[in-house]
Amino acid sequence: MDFTLTEDQQVLREAVRTFADEVVAPQAAQRDESCAFPTELRQQLAEMGLFGSYVPEDFGGSGLDILSYAIIVEELSRACAATGVVVSAHTSLCVDPILTYGSDEQKATYLPKLASGEWLGCLSLTEPGSGSDAGSASCTAIRYDDGWHVNGRKCFVTNGGEADVMVLIAVTDPPAKRHRLSAFIVETATPGISIGKLEKKLGINCSSTAEFVFEDGVIPFENELGEIGRGLNIALATLDGGRIGIAAQALGIARACLDASVSYAKTREQFNRPIAEFEAIQHKLAEIYVGTAAARRLIERAAWLKQNERPYSAEAAMAKLYASEMASRAANHAVQVFGGYGYCKDYPVERYLRDAKITEIYEGTSEIHRLVIGRELRRHPERVTAT
Amino acid sequence: MHFELTDEQRSLRDEVRQIVAAELAPNARGWDREAELPSELYGKLGAARLMGLRLPAEHGGRGLDLRDASIVVEELARQDGATALMLSVQNLCGALVLQAGSDAQQQYLPKLASGEHTAAWVSADTLKATQNNEQWILEGNAPYTINAGNAHLFVTLAQPTGDEPTQALLIEAVSKGLHIGPSDDKLGMRACNTAPLTFEALSVSADSVCGEAGDISAVLDQHRILLAALAVGLARGSLEVALEQAEQPDASGQPPAEHQSVQFMLADMATTIDAARLLVRRAAWLADTGQPYAVDAATAKLFASETATKAALDAIQICGGAGYSKDLPIERYLRDAKFIELEAGSSQQQRLNIAQSVLSA
Repeated sequence: MDFTLTEDQQVLREAVRTFADEVVAPQAAQRDESCAFPTELRQQLAEMGLFGSYVPEDFGGSGLDILSYAIIVEELSRACAATGVVVSAHTSLCVDPILTYGSDEQKATYLPKLASGEWLGCLSLTEPGSGSDAGSASCTAIRYDDGWHVNGRKCFVTNGGEADVMVLIAVTDPPAKRHRLSAFIVETATPGISIGKLEKKLGINCSSTAEFVFEDGVIPFENELGEIGRGLNIALATLDGGRIGIAAQALGIARACLDASVSYAKTREQFNRPIAEFEAIQHKLAEIYVGTAAARRLIERAAWLKQNERPYSAEAAMAKLYASEMASRAANHAVQVFGGYGYCKDYPVERYLRDAKITEIYEGTSEIHRLVIGRELRRHPERVTAT
Repeated sequence: MHFELTDEQRSLRDEVRQIVAAELAPNARGWDREAELPSELYGKLGAARLMGLRLPAEHGGRGLDLRDASIVVEELARQDGATALMLSVQNLCGALVLQAGSDAQQQYLPKLASGEHTAAWVSADTLKATQNNEQWILEGNAPYTINAGNAHLFVTLAQPTGDEPTQALLIEAVSKGLHIGPSDDKLGMRACNTAPLTFEALSVSADSVCGEAGDISAVLDQHRILLAALAVGLARGSLEVALEQAEQPDASGQPPAEHQSVQFMLADMATTIDAARLLVRRAAWLADTGQPYAVDAATAKLFASETATKAALDAIQICGGAGYSKDLPIERYLRDAKFIELEAGSSQQQRLNIAQSVLSA
């Protein structure tokens, strides 16, 4: 048992934290209002190498480990949760499946531009009729002589508004009971693919959440990702990795809540003293702190397991389940510490509360995670109850 | 970063599991009912070198670091929280004498390691020590002192008058002025003896001083880590028993585990137990590698103790009537777990300490 962060990881954290404080944080509130993700910020993230964290250097990435990636998402999210998810969805949901399942040609074609941030990636999985029940998708990709013809809709696609590339999960064998879905790499500029609605949301507002409409878009055969019929497996395995990113996002939000609450409690005076002197406030600060500590341990473990190619599905689910619900509790505490001012947009904590909520929902709802963990407990009780 | 046990740790864990299966599992319920641990248990645990977990081999101990000790304590508590608590306090006392004791005082250690003697940790705000020539005079009460009933050695924290910091004094059981009251009849940890102590002008020589504020707070922080490990053991017991029970078909012919509401409780238990164990391991790693660990010890103790109580409550809920009956050990895990939320600083105190640390960072 060893919890040492390498020097590289510590240096990375410092560097991303500084970048987040100086570049990402200052306009976070404005972006939340405008709901726009500025090209300039995207370029600055790209210049910092934050879009290719664990892509191997051979493909233009930084060759970092999974924990380093989680550190990046956490530090960005502390400044702006929406920015954190832009990077996380790009990396975990688009880059990762190409890295894991892509052919050499596909990796050579797509990874360098994704790693550099020249292209932004996304995952098109969810549909209006198919969320937690991902297997019930109905967007089809039917094989013709000239490629796969795609028809249907995908919704709630994070990064959809700006993405150049998507990993698409579509139905290739509609009547089948198993192996119905397949994965594809699809360029958003493909004719027949258009952006439909851009969602107006409660939080993570400058992260685009888009609908894609497919009207006879044609995907070349060389863009099949992994084996045809393995699309659901690929999607679920991809989401396992995404959970580590979202857990890190939630942790970043909770840390922002703690920092803001500590700072406010020290300066706000009532009854002739800083409110930090009241046990009621200290209790909340401690609760947020302890929550972040527990979440961090679960994230570190999940990242280590993925890095070492061990099964990590249940552990990633635990990290995401715990961190997301913890972040919402932390944000509630933070708004409470700020009192009336916490309810006002002049202060950041109301945004943290709005941002935190989505972490309990996307990339697998808390309910789905409980089912994942419960199923693993029933199948392998020995693995999950004793380290 | 590394999350696996070493082969040595796995062997240690398996060895303790065997001892626990043989000695604790069949007897814990009876000991809880009788509110007493059998006298031969101390020698057996001593022979297995578990009474002196942290003490070096030359004194008859295992010389374990905190990471390894936390593995042992979790395994003990998995079957009997009371034994684990008695042993933890034994090790707390031994740790202070080892760290701060004079050569003469270290003579106490072999008998603590063998289990021939037990030690009690005595701490109460009302205990005052006044210096008189070469003697310390102790006055006051210390209720609910763990291991007091049959202790040979009392590691006694006393507050000198004035602004001087607390110090520890080693007091032997048969001392004029030391009265041990009747053992407490408790909700849980029943087999682990606790009793009230009264000090009436008890006089000890200055040689009895063993450790100052820094030593005391260090061993107490370490104790919190082991208490947290104890809580993890209790919580794990609740989860394992509930999981097993939930797979048995109920009156409807279906295992309760088929229901989402049961799966959800099991999932939450497993998640918080894993988080608690990881917090324990990290606090232990920080202590073992010479890094600051007080806040991490407090965090682990707070989180693990509250996790253990909740896990037991949920486990009883999953098991229904059987969970409420003494036929299953969960009701005992609940009663035992509650104690850890109180001992070595209540959960409320841990939160205040953590907050102070966060505010001054």
